Amino acid sequence: MIGSILGGFLSGAIHSGTPLLYATLGEVIGERAGIVNLGLEGVMLMGAVAGFTTTVLTGSATLGVLAGGLAGGLFNLLFGFFVITRRANQLASGLALMFCGVGLSAILGAPYIGSRMEGLKEVRIPFLSDLPVIGRVLFQHDLLVYLAVPAAIAIGWLLFNTRWGLGLRAVGENPTAAFAAGKNPYRIQYQAIFIAGVLGGIAGVHLSLSLAKTWAEWMTAGRGFVAVALVIFSKWHPVRAISGALLFGGAIALQLQMQALGVPVSPFLLDMLPYLLSLGVLVVWGGAGRRAAPGSLGRVFQGTE
Amino acid sequence: MGKKNFKMGMGFLALLSALMFMLVTTTSARASSEPKLKVGILHIGSIADAGYNQAHAEGAQIMKKNLPGVEVIGVENVPEGADAERVMENMIKQGAKLIIPASFGYLDPALRVSKKYPDIKFVHPGGYKRAPNLGTYWASTPEAFYLMGIAAGKTTKTNKMGYVVALPISFFLANINAFQIGARSVNPSVETRVVFTGTFLDPGKEATAANALLDQGVDVLGVIVDSPITVVQTAEKRNAYSVGYHYLGVQKFAPKGWISGIAFTWGELYTRFAKQVMDGTWKSENLLGNLSSDYLTIAPFGPAVSADAAKLVNAKKQEFISGKSQVFQGPIKDNKGVERLKAGEVWPMENLGKMDFLIEGVIGQAR
Repeated sequence: MIGSILGGFLSGAIHSGTPLLYATLGEVIGERAGIVNLGLEGVMLMGAVAGFTTTVLTGSATLGVLAGGLAGGLFNLLFGFFVITRRANQLASGLALMFCGVGLSAILGAPYIGSRMEGLKEVRIPFLSDLPVIGRVLFQHDLLVYLAVPAAIAIGWLLFNTRWGLGLRAVGENPTAAFAAGKNPYRIQYQAIFIAGVLGGIAGVHLSLSLAKTWAEWMTAGRGFVAVALVIFSKWHPVRAISGALLFGGAIALQLQMQALGVPVSPFLLDMLPYLLSLGVLVVWGGAGRRAAPGSLGRVFQGTE
Repeated sequence: MGKKNFKMGMGFLALLSALMFMLVTTTSARASSEPKLKVGILHIGSIADAGYNQAHAEGAQIMKKNLPGVEVIGVENVPEGADAERVMENMIKQGAKLIIPASFGYLDPALRVSKKYPDIKFVHPGGYKRAPNLGTYWASTPEAFYLMGIAAGKTTKTNKMGYVVALPISFFLANINAFQIGARSVNPSVETRVVFTGTFLDPGKEATAANALLDQGVDVLGVIVDSPITVVQTAEKRNAYSVGYHYLGVQKFAPKGWISGIAFTWGELYTRFAKQVMDGTWKSENLLGNLSSDYLTIAPFGPAVSADAAKLVNAKKQEFISGKSQVFQGPIKDNKGVERLKAGEVWPMENLGKMDFLIEGVIGQAR
């Protein structure tokens, strides 16, 4: 009994945390290059709708994931055009991008609402998936879940142990200095924005192809903004983003699980739990938040001419 | 890089996003001859949600088919508030004489517009306020939920059933209570667990909620959110039974585990409204239908429902229609042990809005 409750809770936490993790990883890369993207919600929606419609049309969830990632990346390049090439305000452009994504994805997805598809298949790891509790929690998921934590570690390595990552972080700290050191801030920021978009798109795909297995307008329901907050929570570090996404996803799973269990607490109060928990952790753990932020975050690189 | 360019860029972006966000899709066709009547209908979400919105949209389409010469102007995804008022005025400018603002939150915007245009008729689903040119309509659902409870209570193997519900508002609490009372009438050891998601549309959360209930051993899932697709599909995937709501066509999302569903079939009612407006006999009233109305329908039973259960459901349906049976008949205790109805007392249907508790046997928190 306890095992099944725990197993259900943990597997729910991992499942609802996965899209948050991908989205947070994308935002970390973008912000490390100095770009805040409040339009992440729109990027996720574009990924979700592209992944869903592609899967419905082709019958292949793999193509769906690729299409979703690509759609997210391309859509974010549009954002890049405004904030990098046109030097527009990042916050305003991000919000515009979000509304644009909400509307555009709704138009594109409207003919496919209610379409049925298999979605991402569960890949059971032989033997391990039969273990009690642990098997269910760790070894009965789809590929995107298995790849989420390795992706976070790989991005951490890319950012902190490679020349490319060094250049990217330099642009985020001080683009003028990076430029003087021979880096091309525009190119690096475009690269960062594209990868961020791909990850945001994959986050959306996981929502539409795995978690809900359906498409509905604005189905991200604020997860894009939660991811932006989780970046601060994880102090702009991809590996710390794992715990942030798990904590938030876990809090959602926990509050629903507690209701299903019949714990006598008001559903309104339980609905606040994820946010209260995050606030609590920020209060206890926060402190150094400001110092961890990239130096030129949110500022527009004015070029050197 | 001039400031002008920047402004142009931002202006373009703002325009683009505004256009996208409005997302106004009209389904009116250009008729060569002047239509006999134009009907405007506003939807809060997508009309393909296999749920609340699709039920209204199909009602309008059936009306159009029943009455040649009637034209429908349908607009999806209209936010409640000032946007709804603008859309209604726009429809009136296009010549609409009957407006169906098909969401609970359109009531106040519709009342404001109805004052401005006394010649235009409005019918609002579920409204609690009326005007000389604004009538309301809805169907009382607890009896139908009671019937679903009978079918589900006879079908469950674990004696645990679950409901994924948007919010703990009184009408939804009444539906859950009715479901449990119906189930208990045929299966005394059955229980219903409720999870509230806090929103009418978040498929991700609905899936997580459904899974949480299934993890507790629940083998029947019902749903009260705008689109039942996610919950019903999740139940089907994990070999549980499901009960639909809102729309008649939910069964295709869970063919194996389908029990039955409650559906609003507005077509004939909308046809009557349109006819009344055309011949001038329409008057503002508060229509509250029940199981005998043609706009509240019990969906066909699925393969899991036994003939015995189907017979019980049909017999009880007749008792409700004839008035022989009541859903909320005392004694009724809430799930905190407090007696809410004494033996012999009946909770009147017009007081459903005051039901603020979940009954014994329902596991969940009403507040």
